[in-house]
Amino acid sequence: METKYSVIGKPTGNVDGMAKTTGEGKYTFDMYLPNMLYGKHVRSPYPHAKIISIDASEALKLPGVKAVITGKDVPGGKWGLWRRFRELCDQIALADDKVRFIGEPVAAVAATTKDIAAKAVELVKVEYEILPGVFDPLEAIKDDAPLIHEDFENNINATRHIEWGNVDEGFKQADYVREDKFTLFPQAVVSMEVHNSLASYDKGTGKLTIWSSTQSPYYLQLGLADALKMREGDIRVIKPHVGGGYGGKNSTMPDATTAALLSMKTGRPVKVVFNREEEFTTTEHRMGLHLAIKIGLKKDGTILARECKIITDGGAYTGLGATALYLAGIFQTFPYKIPNWRYDAFRTYTNKVWATSVRGFGAVPTVYAAEVQLDRAAKEMGIDPLAIRRKNLMEPGYEAPGQYKVESCGIVPCVDKMAERIKEKWPKLEKDEGIGYAGFAYMSGGIFNWIDTPYAYSGARVQVNIDGSVDLFTQAADIGQGHNTVAVMICAEELGIGIEDIRLHPGDTATAPVDLGAWGSRETLMNGNAIKMAAGQVKQKLVDLARAKLGENIAYDLVCREKRIYLELRPERGYSYYEMVEAAIKLNDGEPLIGTGHYTPHNKGMISPAYGMGIMAMKAKVDRETGLVEAKDVLIVHDCGQVINPLGARGQVEGSVHMGLGYALTEEMPNDNGLVLNPSINDYKIIRQRDMPQIELLDVPTYDPSGPFGAKEAAEATISPTAPALANAVFDACGAEFDSNCLKPERVLKAIREAEKNQKNKAKAKK
Amino acid sequence: MKQELKFKVNGEERELWIDPKTLLVEVLREELGLTGTHWSCDTGACCCCTVNVDGMAVKSCSMLAMQAYGREVTTIEGLADGPTLHPLQQAFIDNWAFQCGFCTSGQIMAANALLNENPSPTREQIQLQLDGHICRCTGYNMIQEAIQDAAKRLQKSKV
Repeated sequence: METKYSVIGKPTGNVDGMAKTTGEGKYTFDMYLPNMLYGKHVRSPYPHAKIISIDASEALKLPGVKAVITGKDVPGGKWGLWRRFRELCDQIALADDKVRFIGEPVAAVAATTKDIAAKAVELVKVEYEILPGVFDPLEAIKDDAPLIHEDFENNINATRHIEWGNVDEGFKQADYVREDKFTLFPQAVVSMEVHNSLASYDKGTGKLTIWSSTQSPYYLQLGLADALKMREGDIRVIKPHVGGGYGGKNSTMPDATTAALLSMKTGRPVKVVFNREEEFTTTEHRMGLHLAIKIGLKKDGTILARECKIITDGGAYTGLGATALYLAGIFQTFPYKIPNWRYDAFRTYTNKVWATSVRGFGAVPTVYAAEVQLDRAAKEMGIDPLAIRRKNLMEPGYEAPGQYKVESCGIVPCVDKMAERIKEKWPKLEKDEGIGYAGFAYMSGGIFNWIDTPYAYSGARVQVNIDGSVDLFTQAADIGQGHNTVAVMICAEELGIGIEDIRLHPGDTATAPVDLGAWGSRETLMNGNAIKMAAGQVKQKLVDLARAKLGENIAYDLVCREKRIYLELRPERGYSYYEMVEAAIKLNDGEPLIGTGHYTPHNKGMISPAYGMGIMAMKAKVDRETGLVEAKDVLIVHDCGQVINPLGARGQVEGSVHMGLGYALTEEMPNDNGLVLNPSINDYKIIRQRDMPQIELLDVPTYDPSGPFGAKEAAEATISPTAPALANAVFDACGAEFDSNCLKPERVLKAIREAEKNQKNKAKAKK
Repeated sequence: MKQELKFKVNGEERELWIDPKTLLVEVLREELGLTGTHWSCDTGACCCCTVNVDGMAVKSCSMLAMQAYGREVTTIEGLADGPTLHPLQQAFIDNWAFQCGFCTSGQIMAANALLNENPSPTREQIQLQLDGHICRCTGYNMIQEAIQDAAKRLQKSKV
């Protein structure tokens, strides 16, 4: 197909490829500074306890120990990401009065070696008074439950009520109504690079530099400013390559605050690296929750009303859990038209490590319930599961009153393409095989501003030098999703040059304009727009100059393409890019060409400027003897607007399905009174190479007016449908129903027996 | 008490004095500055830290450095031929076989050992050999495609 673009839309290898395949690219984990100390935390063995005293005298006597700090040494106050609502900024650097989960840090040591730091931690004596704890959200809201944060009655951390239409009337008019209950388990993040930070404080200037494995240098700068009682501008955050984030590296965590505090105390660089057990037991995860859902439909399958109530297991602090609560409701309605909808959600504090944003942020558990319920309804009503979805799909311009508007919307052609392809792809199923469907959609960056940033949501600066080379500055965070490649592709396309002409300077708060970071699938659209605007300013200068030199009719359009600036209709009339750059800089009194760009969504509703969407089909096989479920094959039809880099987009989809399959089949975090029972990669089961199915990905391109070159998100949408598509495939294969995710063999066997019993009873009743 | 370790790393003879309980991964990263070998799980379960010892794929977190005495260790830094990338490295870039890249060194070094033994592995053989290598980003399919692509490139270069 002829395309009007020369860079975007073409499969492009990762610009960090050389760095990441040769070992030369440095992660924070790989950084060591001369004279550096190692920091390590003293952690609480109790889920809920008062701190009576901390005695560090023995630890301080150990040779090599340079400092021990406790909550008393923390100059700042509490912090959090919900800065618009200060009461939800509840995180603390080191617990001062009491601990709220097992593993909460109460003190930290700095020592010359890792081994000495570990020994010193053992020597810090902490006296606790144990308090009763609470571990389930339904227990936490009881009147006699212990309070985890004094100011939060019944341990309710946040609530959400969203409603449109007339839900009660919708149910009254429905021909078919059903209610279901689910319990969804939490999911660990498990970034391969653990949380770690290296801090270096300059006592002379009072300025801090910190290298950290973060998804958002700006959020870390804000969190540290609160924790350390410093000006944001006196803190420089540098994000080297990051070994994965998936939502778990948005919050400022104790690796960063402690490294900074110990560096300020000792005047030496300090590095804090969590070990894998600390990752599992003391860093954030996807929320677990109890859920009740009710749907009402017309005989023909049209959805008339839906109501959903959830109560989530929030853990000890807020993180981005309050946002997840909102998105859990909103994305449960996609990609369907639900005329009457009501959502009530409660997030409770419990004595566990807390829940936050994790890939598919909010959407994953509630979409599971909605998509699984839809199949149960379809089966009872005798409607084909794909047909019931087709009946209710959103269309371009669809609006949910007071919440969101969907501009580009390719979901109808996606489902039609799916229906066609599936006949060729899976014409016949084997015994005990089934096909499950699930629709999906996700935001291209969030509009909500709980962080309360006064800056634009994304910024970029382009500098074009005399030789035509470009320096591109932005705080946008590539944490593996491939945004560095997308960023230079967008810049190159706009300027009509190649990606090899651009040097990207990402993720440094001291040199680049603010970007809110990598969450909510926001970088392509939001940072892409900022980069396009910055490059566009320089392009305008070059075009104006070329136009003046050509002396052509002002109405004739010029384009920058393939390193030339020329008349669109008479390509032979023009100049080389390099010639124009040199001339423009000389005309500019020798100043390099600078373009600045920013992006903040306006008039786009409450949620997002644009939505990626589509439909997934999963083929699965059930072993009725062992209960083992095998995900055999996946088909996805996807609308992510104009694809910028097809390789990267495919990578994101594959990765989402992988993490979604873990949620579907193997990943859970059993917890005994606050203790995570499987805190290692041996015991926490991530899907492995042999268990990963092949994925066929078909695109339905659309153009979204909000996106750079029409692009939308491709990063997270496809995680949400994975688990329900799998559960629906098992339902299709053998009728087994599940009220949770994580279809381990014992759960599957139980559900099969239950289904067989129900079928027998039904047969009996018929007789 | 420190002991002397003599071994070959990426083609160079190395001699150093180490605490005998030091792990190979610690010597590579902290003594020799070869930080391309990563370390992720602490329990020998993720294979991030895989290097080649005498051509075999070995988890450098599960081997004492002293066990490498007199042997030849190759890390990700030793794979390219000067400025020319090894076909595995190039195929990983061309096939988008990594995202965050943290587990990539281990995946590539395991694939290198596999291709040395079996120059044209089937998809199933790749899955079997690399099954222990955890990747949270890619979903593995693009890694397997890259390894098969690299196998083809290697065979072409030998013809």
